[in-house]
Amino acid sequence: MRIRPNYVAGLAAVVWLLIIGVPLYALLNTALQPQSTYTDGGPVSLPSTVTFENFVTVVQSGFPLYLWNTFLVAVLTVAIVLILGIPISYAVVRGRGWLTRGVFRLFLLGLAIPSQAVIIPLFLVVNGLGLYDSLWGIVLPTAAFALPVSVLVLSGGMRDISVSLYEAMALDGAHPARILRELVIPLSRSSIATTCVFTALQAWNGFLFPLIMTQSDETKVVTLGLYNFVSEYEANVPALMAAVLMSAIPILVVYLFARRSLVMGLMGAGGK
Amino acid sequence: MVWAVPGLVFFLIFAIAPMAGIVYLSFTSWDGLNAPQFTALDNWSRFAGDSQIVQSTIVTAALLVGNIAVQAPISILLGVWSAGRQRNRAVLSAIFFLPLLLSTAATAIMWRQLLDPNFGVPSKLAVLLGSDTDPLGTQNGAIACLIIVTSWQFIPFHTLLYQGAARAIPPTLYQAASIDGAGRVRQFFHITLPQLRNTIITSTTFMVVGGLTAFDIVLLLTNGGPGTDTAILPFAMYQTAFRTYDYGYASAIATFLLLLATGTSLVLVKVSGYDKMTSTLEGL
Repeated sequence: MRIRPNYVAGLAAVVWLLIIGVPLYALLNTALQPQSTYTDGGPVSLPSTVTFENFVTVVQSGFPLYLWNTFLVAVLTVAIVLILGIPISYAVVRGRGWLTRGVFRLFLLGLAIPSQAVIIPLFLVVNGLGLYDSLWGIVLPTAAFALPVSVLVLSGGMRDISVSLYEAMALDGAHPARILRELVIPLSRSSIATTCVFTALQAWNGFLFPLIMTQSDETKVVTLGLYNFVSEYEANVPALMAAVLMSAIPILVVYLFARRSLVMGLMGAGGK
Repeated sequence: MVWAVPGLVFFLIFAIAPMAGIVYLSFTSWDGLNAPQFTALDNWSRFAGDSQIVQSTIVTAALLVGNIAVQAPISILLGVWSAGRQRNRAVLSAIFFLPLLLSTAATAIMWRQLLDPNFGVPSKLAVLLGSDTDPLGTQNGAIACLIIVTSWQFIPFHTLLYQGAARAIPPTLYQAASIDGAGRVRQFFHITLPQLRNTIITSTTFMVVGGLTAFDIVLLLTNGGPGTDTAILPFAMYQTAFRTYDYGYASAIATFLLLLATGTSLVLVKVSGYDKMTSTLEGL
């Protein structure tokens, strides 16, 4: 089929490029300016002096540790979600009867629980387990609230595995654990990838749980570090922007080197 | 079924049990230090007469509707556009994705500086806007800013969902339509949109849940202000609990939020037929 170029859409796309691009340019431009030229020129001026001192300020204020903490939280959260979510989805897809349907409905319902609404009792739970002000105090609630979407995505993927494959393996005398390991997990690789990307981004983006569940500098994650940085460097806008940029660097690296899996992973969250 | 047990227990402890806890606490008076005092309906009668709650609910709804109204059309159009395999579309799509790399906290802080009346963009556009223009200074302005910033951050995600879905539409449908003489606009309305039905539901669900739970963006961009003009329900709850240590009353607000969210999701599940648990490959 021949493709006519679509000029109207092209023009709209350029407009959108400006909407996306100008703030990002301002971010980069400001972060690379000394404060004096920023005050004169503002965020979208052409750069005159380039400096990296803002990034030095950010690094010295503890950002490497915050980034490391966020990384740990993301990895642990993803691990827990996979370890718990894959078996749940397997049970939901293979099980029959009202109990299975009930479990699935419970997680569907869980999709809508706003974490803010239950933060007070959740704080009591975390505190009761002695996990206040530890990274686990962030990881466990984050994982629990990432489970519903993960179960939805994973069971969606597993449902597309043909029933005859299960039957064939069962006929060969394979028990459920082997079916899970050798059939289900390999064939639902793309929904597992989606779960990983989605959960990691949620953990990465998390703000409320760290705000309530942690307190000291050693357990600070990067979103919270940014929040504190604002009150500390309120007047130093270039340093603030450098901090914003720096908080995105790990994900930017992932984006540069594994753009396909990141994009495909997120796309999978939409289901089919 | 045993396979579900560990995850189920975990989910019960960290999500379901706290739900019961919040309902119970809404009937108590509690400062967080001494034991909660059972006060029956005290919080709820206060809740019913609280004008701030009415305002918070209206603002929450306004943000929700505004966000969907802005994000859905733009992300559908962008998604369908970027589903095309042309080279320039691929390059631009890669740039369009970038806001997703910033966390909500980072996005909010960046925009707060850009919107700053003294040093940000408004100060440089003083010739156009007049001096002393603070976009966050009025209630309508602050709500508009919240919608714009949220859209800026999340349209890339929804675009991605639509891009994936649009690519999955069988090309034969378009070929058949072309042969019948249907133009681009008619193809969009009669093939693309109906075929995206499921994705529209999923994406809207994400927007609704996200909208009801938008907290960090409000805290960092407007801090509920001006005054308490943009104190949406989660923010009002946070203030009551963790700034004034009135956990009992905060629990009543939280319970209300919970009911709102669960009600909305039940409607969405009914509409979408998510709970039917069938494979999308069935019937092929």
